[in-house]
Amino acid sequence: MGKVGMKLIESGLRHDGRKLDELRPISMSVGVLKNANGSALVEYGRTKVIAAVYGPREPQTRYMLLPNRAVIRCRYHMASFSTHDRKSPTLSRREIELSKVVREALEPVVLSELYPRTSIDIFIEVINADGGTRTASVTAASLALADAGIPMKDLVAGVAVGKVDGFLVLDVDELEDMYGEADMPVAMAPSLRQITLLQLNGVLTPDEFTQAFELAKKGIEAIYSVERETLKKKYLDVKVED
Amino acid sequence: MEASIHVQNRELVTPGQILGSGKLTISTPTTVYSVGGKYYSAVVGLADVEGEKIGVIPLEGFYYPKVGDLVIGVVTSVGTNSWEIDIKAPYHAVLYASDFLNRPLNPARESLSDYLDIGDVIVAKVENVGRGRVTTLTVKGKGFGKVSKGSLVEIDSAKIPRVIGKKGSMLQLLMNESKCEITVAQNGRILVNNCPNKDSEEVVIMAIKKIEKEAHIPGLTDRIKDFIIKEKVRRGMFSG
Repeated sequence: MGKVGMKLIESGLRHDGRKLDELRPISMSVGVLKNANGSALVEYGRTKVIAAVYGPREPQTRYMLLPNRAVIRCRYHMASFSTHDRKSPTLSRREIELSKVVREALEPVVLSELYPRTSIDIFIEVINADGGTRTASVTAASLALADAGIPMKDLVAGVAVGKVDGFLVLDVDELEDMYGEADMPVAMAPSLRQITLLQLNGVLTPDEFTQAFELAKKGIEAIYSVERETLKKKYLDVKVED
Repeated sequence: MEASIHVQNRELVTPGQILGSGKLTISTPTTVYSVGGKYYSAVVGLADVEGEKIGVIPLEGFYYPKVGDLVIGVVTSVGTNSWEIDIKAPYHAVLYASDFLNRPLNPARESLSDYLDIGDVIVAKVENVGRGRVTTLTVKGKGFGKVSKGSLVEIDSAKIPRVIGKKGSMLQLLMNESKCEITVAQNGRILVNNCPNKDSEEVVIMAIKKIEKEAHIPGLTDRIKDFIIKEKVRRGMFSG
């Protein structure tokens, strides 16, 4: 039972008609921005995120360069029109924190030691927010890095699992996040079987955590295969002109 | 452990895709990495399998300077005894005045901007990629130095090997068909110079752009040959 007395799950279906373990419709494309070295647009249902990658390039200031590897900079920003009420365009505390979280979700896979004394800049813009923006951001940024040709150990895919009305659900949206009991974003590098992001808001029992994690893994596998198809599609779609 | 390869030659691979396991040699160290006796691709590219050797030819990328590379640079800043050159790499390159002038420079008497100014284009060779990653260039030798005419084409540096082709076959084709002088630099810039007429220059540029777009589809040389002939017929270039 949600806090406002509204039922979010009825006869096994969620408020938007999805099954408990069903992802929102996912669409992705790469190379959407001309000026960036790499870019990607990712949609999880109504959540829409664009990511742009620049570099490796000379760092803006000399003090931030690292002698042994490339420094990765990341900015997560929500457009002022992305939410119901206008969001101030200045970076909020939450956005600064998420920039760090997304950066740390990507740093383990980027082979940054190949390019010392450079910086790789990732800009993430949330166009429309409907829950799961941080996991969509990680997915978009990892696609944009691959599109920029930056060597990386694996692609990263993210998805959030939640507990709503006592049920574990995959890919929570804004409504479920607001009125649910728990929300757990997870990001993984599936080929390496490594977790790069794991957060938990709310309460889950140890058993529920294990189940929720298995659910997240299932979702991530599905998102990962869409990521790979998207990167290949860019080249398979090129038609030979006569 | 027995060596095994899980991909076909010229298969499209993505980062994290397993290429093989066991005792294999890596032919492209920056685009393949190994962990726990398994080999994974690090980029989007085409698998390059040759016996026990495995590699990935990247389809997307940027230029990273290597000693001895031919590069085409643009002057971005003029100092007192050196120029700063943009070579489309993560680091800018430096060209020393003594190297360019082939004699010591007297900074009190002459200004470097008299020789090369901001925006000027040079053909140079990477002389040194230093420990601190200070890249220096040299223009000593035939064909190097300031560029005064011609067209400059910029493409993705990952596609430069396709413009040159196997043993230079593609470049030879472009030059024979157009009678232009073509300088292909490793950093993704191509200089088209001394063309007999405007049309042949345009055809070469169009052909280069086509190579960039279709680099990953087999049968490139034949397609480019057909394209140039068709384009020449369309422009009526066979009459004279």
